[in-house]
Amino acid sequence: MRLLNRSAGRLSRHRRGPLAGVVLLLLGLVLTGSLYAAFAPAQATSAESDTAQVEKGRELFLVGCAFCHGQNGEGILTQRGDTQLGPPLAGVGAAAVDFQVGTGRMPMVQPGQQAPDKAPVYSQEEIDALGAYVASLGPGPAVPDEEQYSLEGLSEEEREEAIVRGGQIFLTNCTACHNFNGSGGAMPRGGYAPALHDIEPKYIYEAMLTGPQQMPNFSNGNLPPEEKRDVIAYLESLRETPEYGGFGLGGLGPVSEGLFAWLVGIGGLVGFAVWIAAHTTRSTKKKGQAA
Amino acid sequence: MSIDTSKVATSNSSAAVAKKPGRAGVVANWADERLGLGTAMKKNLRKVFPDHWSFMLGEIALWSFVVLLLSGVFLTLWFNPSMGEIHYEGSYDQLRGVAMSESMASTLDISFDVRGGLLMRQMHHWAAMLFIASMMIHLLRVFFTGAHRKPREMNWVIGCLLLILGTLEGFTGYSLPDDLLSGTGVRAADGFMKSIPVVGTYLSFFLFGGEFPGDAIIPRLYMIHILLIPGLLLALIAAHMLLLVYHKHTQWPGPGRTEQNVVGFPMLPVYAAKAGGFFFIVFGVCALMGGLLTINPVWKYGPYDPTKVTAGSQPDWYMGWPDGALRIMPGWESEFWGTTWSWNVFLPIIVLPGLMFTILLLLPFLEAWVTGDKREHHLLQRPRNAPTRTALMVALMTFYGLMWAAGGNDIIAIKLHLSINQITYFMRAAVFIGPVIAFMITRRWCISLQRQDNEKLLHGYETGVIMRSPEGGYSERHLPLDTAKAYAVTARDRDEASYVPVGTDGVDPNGVPAPTGRGSKLRGRLQTLWFADNIQKPTAAELEEAHHHAEHEAHGELEGVSADGHQFDGHHAVEGETLRGDH
Repeated sequence: MRLLNRSAGRLSRHRRGPLAGVVLLLLGLVLTGSLYAAFAPAQATSAESDTAQVEKGRELFLVGCAFCHGQNGEGILTQRGDTQLGPPLAGVGAAAVDFQVGTGRMPMVQPGQQAPDKAPVYSQEEIDALGAYVASLGPGPAVPDEEQYSLEGLSEEEREEAIVRGGQIFLTNCTACHNFNGSGGAMPRGGYAPALHDIEPKYIYEAMLTGPQQMPNFSNGNLPPEEKRDVIAYLESLRETPEYGGFGLGGLGPVSEGLFAWLVGIGGLVGFAVWIAAHTTRSTKKKGQAA
Repeated sequence: MSIDTSKVATSNSSAAVAKKPGRAGVVANWADERLGLGTAMKKNLRKVFPDHWSFMLGEIALWSFVVLLLSGVFLTLWFNPSMGEIHYEGSYDQLRGVAMSESMASTLDISFDVRGGLLMRQMHHWAAMLFIASMMIHLLRVFFTGAHRKPREMNWVIGCLLLILGTLEGFTGYSLPDDLLSGTGVRAADGFMKSIPVVGTYLSFFLFGGEFPGDAIIPRLYMIHILLIPGLLLALIAAHMLLLVYHKHTQWPGPGRTEQNVVGFPMLPVYAAKAGGFFFIVFGVCALMGGLLTINPVWKYGPYDPTKVTAGSQPDWYMGWPDGALRIMPGWESEFWGTTWSWNVFLPIIVLPGLMFTILLLLPFLEAWVTGDKREHHLLQRPRNAPTRTALMVALMTFYGLMWAAGGNDIIAIKLHLSINQITYFMRAAVFIGPVIAFMITRRWCISLQRQDNEKLLHGYETGVIMRSPEGGYSERHLPLDTAKAYAVTARDRDEASYVPVGTDGVDPNGVPAPTGRGSKLRGRLQTLWFADNIQKPTAAELEEAHHHAEHEAHGELEGVSADGHQFDGHHAVEGETLRGDH
């Protein structure tokens, strides 16, 4: 009894302390919350909502996408039969849907060489439903979680290494089309590699994962998730780095530099030459008297 | 000489002594006694230069070259032209630890770790762009105004050599940092050399000291960039300017200006001030551009690596036109004796620039051959008064400009939302058709302007004063050009005075049988083309007649009264004029 009493006495010493009520309240809340989380029928409802989401996605799909992609996402050939009106979607995964619809590329306004990005037509909730439906057609890459493309949790040194590694991967694999500055470049027949300046990390990741339009597919086997993360980190670091040289001229390389040399440089200097030559040594200036 | 001292005023307390020379005078005297500069300077400091803005374009080139020398010396203090591989450990985070050549690492150090280094790098690069651009506009000015004619043909040749050396100098400098862009450029140059039939591979191996890239190319280009070409440039610039002084500057025609004199301001103080001031302006523009506008951000390109390339890989603008030719060239190749002959590279990038440069060099000689004009010319021509010459240069410019645009086809495609393929197809035709159209339009345009000049001389200029006749008809009043203007407009030769016709009947106007042969026949045909349809200035008799007519007409018109307010239109004396206030 003494033993019990002794230990009980130690704890109970604080039972009327000023913090006792708060601590008790917190303990109670944490316990209730954990118990609820542990025993609540969460998985059951989630599974149910998945089905509901797929169903909702299917309905949206039939209205907005089936015209080109087919009622079951099987794709539709053009009349000549040699090109696709819309490609089959089995196996493209939710990541492709999230990229194409989330950046406004889909639904396309009109057929063309390339679907331009525009303000998204669907809300994120609807995009998720569409993604769930398309994912149900066949296994494909899922929408990445944020921790897959963020440098959270890395030490300062690791971050720096990641950025350097990402830069080298970017220069090896991406700049040939997207340009050294991520300013974009031309592709055959009116296609283009878009500028990467203000693309959200999620969409960059999804683009690498799914290879939209003319872009090659950098699957996780080719470019592991950490390296995709590094590329994104490098692009982010370019955005945060100041333009050391001054105004960047669009980051397009020597063409815009040449344009500025002629328009600003030579234009300005010829203007100065006119100005200097227009001033004679005479104190009065009369027309025709200027030597 | 003896002086009668009795007549000297007694109030003079002391004899006159020479004033002690000032300190500057002492120094100048010391130098003159030893170097004999006084005599040379006395003449040359008063040398007269005519004043016109277009005469200062070459000066832009000169002063930007000075900026290049100054900033270039600064850069050599830190640049390390070595291809030895090291790991970058400087201030730029995104490349730390990356393997690169020492030249790239030292370029990054100049950019980030040397105080003022990035400013100097950018100033150097912008000044190089301006150097070549100003040489080109100077060349255009010279050609359009006929300043390349005798006796200045050799100076034209020197100027052309300066242009091509400047281009090579720019290319070698562009290649030195060994970043991704410059390495791609060097790789391309390697390919261009190898496209030369038979000797190409040998040339490439000779330049690179083995297979590309080797480890010799950057040190070699460095030597060419900071020693060989700058030395040649300096020597040629000196020759160019000595010839300028020797020939004396050309001038625009005007009252008091002849083929025998130069009207303008003396070197000191006027020209020294103007030209010296212009140096500071050029320096200032280079500094502003270097400080505010990014050029060649090597840190974003990263080190060169043959496995990498970036979209927007272009040479600097002056190499852009051969690059454009290369981009639009169809992919022609042939196989002979088991070797590949790459016409698709060889023709646009080796043959075409060589051909264009030869044409450029020969232009003054071709013109002199066609016209047969062997006289000296110190008075400039207005571009309109040599319609074929002007049109020829505009055609060449059009060709150049279209090739230039083709060199930026990818940037045009993404910025104007066009298809790069369609741009290529368009350019393939346009580089042939465009110059022809430009030639015809320019030539007719010049001839129309000549016609307008004659119109003004004979019938006066349009005053904008509308006269109403008693019958109710309206007419615009023309007034004669003032004498100075009329002089400037008429101070040109009639064409029959400016060339020696080959003659169609085999006999020239002096009765001397013309040399026969295919050359002279071709020359005759070209001569016809050169001068055909040109409008000649009116003869003295025609002018006399027209003025007489105008005076007569003016008398008739004086009976009318111009609308109130037009007495102040700037073409009349205004003393004693008032507004009539009668309307």
